[in-house]
Amino acid sequence: MLTTVDTSRPPTRRRGALKLHNTLQGWSFILPNFIGFGILTLVPVIMLFYYSLTEWNAFGKATFVGLENFSRLLGDSSFWTALYNTGYYSVFHIPLTLAAALGLALLLNTGIKGRGFFRTAAFFPYITSIVAIAVVWNQIFSPEYGPINQALRFFGIADLPGWTASAQWSMPAVIIVGVWREMGYYMLLLLAGLQTIPAQLYEAAKVDGASAWQRFRNVTIPGLRPTLFFVTVMLTIGSLKVFDLILVMTNGGPGNSTLVLSQFIYRKGFEENQFGYASSSAVVLFFICLSITLLQYFWNRRQEK
Amino acid sequence: MTENLVLKRIGKVLVYILLVAAALGILLPFYWMVMSSIKTNNEVFTVPIKWWPDIPQWQHYVEIFAKSDMTTWLKNTLLLSVVVTFMQVLTGSFAAYGFSKVRFPGRDVLFLAYIGTIAVPWQSYMIPQFRLLSDMGLANTLWSIIALQAFGAFGVFLMKQFFETIPEDLSEAARLDGLSEYGIYARIMMPLSVPAIASLTLLTFVTTWNDYLGPLIYLRNPDLWTIQLGLRTFVSQYDADYALIMTGAVLSTLPIAIIFLLGQRYFIEGIASTGLKG
Repeated sequence: MLTTVDTSRPPTRRRGALKLHNTLQGWSFILPNFIGFGILTLVPVIMLFYYSLTEWNAFGKATFVGLENFSRLLGDSSFWTALYNTGYYSVFHIPLTLAAALGLALLLNTGIKGRGFFRTAAFFPYITSIVAIAVVWNQIFSPEYGPINQALRFFGIADLPGWTASAQWSMPAVIIVGVWREMGYYMLLLLAGLQTIPAQLYEAAKVDGASAWQRFRNVTIPGLRPTLFFVTVMLTIGSLKVFDLILVMTNGGPGNSTLVLSQFIYRKGFEENQFGYASSSAVVLFFICLSITLLQYFWNRRQEK
Repeated sequence: MTENLVLKRIGKVLVYILLVAAALGILLPFYWMVMSSIKTNNEVFTVPIKWWPDIPQWQHYVEIFAKSDMTTWLKNTLLLSVVVTFMQVLTGSFAAYGFSKVRFPGRDVLFLAYIGTIAVPWQSYMIPQFRLLSDMGLANTLWSIIALQAFGAFGVFLMKQFFETIPEDLSEAARLDGLSEYGIYARIMMPLSVPAIASLTLLTFVTTWNDYLGPLIYLRNPDLWTIQLGLRTFVSQYDADYALIMTGAVLSTLPIAIIFLLGQRYFIEGIASTGLKG
């Protein structure tokens, strides 16, 4: 009995010590980043849920009011406008950007010359500052003398859109700029994904007599699925939280025609100092993003099977 | 056979036409920006469009420094971008080493928390974060932007992806030679990760340079403004001075354009690696 204890103890103790040693060492690497990350990201995300249940203005204390903020949201017409506009933006921005990015990636993947140039050109808008972009595009969209409407007039269109100056056309204008800005980024991701598909697969499909469309449908799309999933998730979250582009291009206007959810949160929180109420709308944004991401995740898993 | 070849030719020409058209559409706004900045105000909007000014007005690039605090804005932005980039690379790569090369319980759950927050929009927790930083007395100081940007999960993610491509045998051999984990990080992993570090450096620098929302919320004092915030105010002040506004836009974009053209390989590789195995 004693002997068995004596022989089995030292190894376990050493293993335990090794585990502790590894844990301490692992944490020592992670800690410098984790201190900042924990305090500035994890804690605020948790606090958000509490704040959403409180009545809290600029100088007062947060008092617990239960679900009152949420029932107020239900009756707030500008919240519904913001929700509708966020949906409007996403419904067009996601498929258009995806189609443009995939189209460009497929064109660039054909082994043409000057690929580097086209790739650089397409990616450039993505790293240009949003303020500069807004200023330039507002001039380009200028209803009277802007180049876009001049071109439309040249093609004989009489009823010219007012773009950012009209409630009807401001959202399409923002969507166009959004697609223009982001398609290069997603193109890079998709291009990297396309290059992981083995060339032999295409060769084999060709030998079997598959048409270009069949090759796209049965080789490209399945091979690209992991990348497509990642791109769709990022694109969806990016569209649902769209903010700075709208803030600098239209500031939500004219009227409330481009007011989106993120700007609603910003207005309530930072302009009207209703932190509790703003937090409750932020919780809505959080759950919309979370549920759509999960939905895409499970859909993707089912497709893979 | 020849018909097939002709078809192939036509297809190739079509691809080029499409790409050139796309490139023109993508780059046109940039041409408009640069060209308008050297026009007179009356020349900016004309029918038909003038594609080149009669006399280029280069003096706008001097005038703007007199009419705005451009120097202060550029200085603040540069300072922030450098400090944030340095800290992100340092803490990000350090944490990435812990996540990819040290085994300990709870590691994978913790990493999942990191990845999860990439899917959480900042807009949803900006208010609690603002209250927190205000209570810490950091609002309206440059520290707030550093705190905001320097500990991102993105850097950890990017570096971890790269570290995992480095064979474990190298670390094993170094351990046998008596090198500690910190030694392996500093003497083996970091020198081997130069491409990934370059990618992270460039991407972080550009993100911080271009950030508009962070400075908008945190920096009230005009002495602290960054180029984006300054440019935005300038635009609303001089809203009819079309050419000068474009001059500001060019100046805010130029440093990024230069950095991008010099290091575009790293931008592209960095972005591509986040998408694979995402």
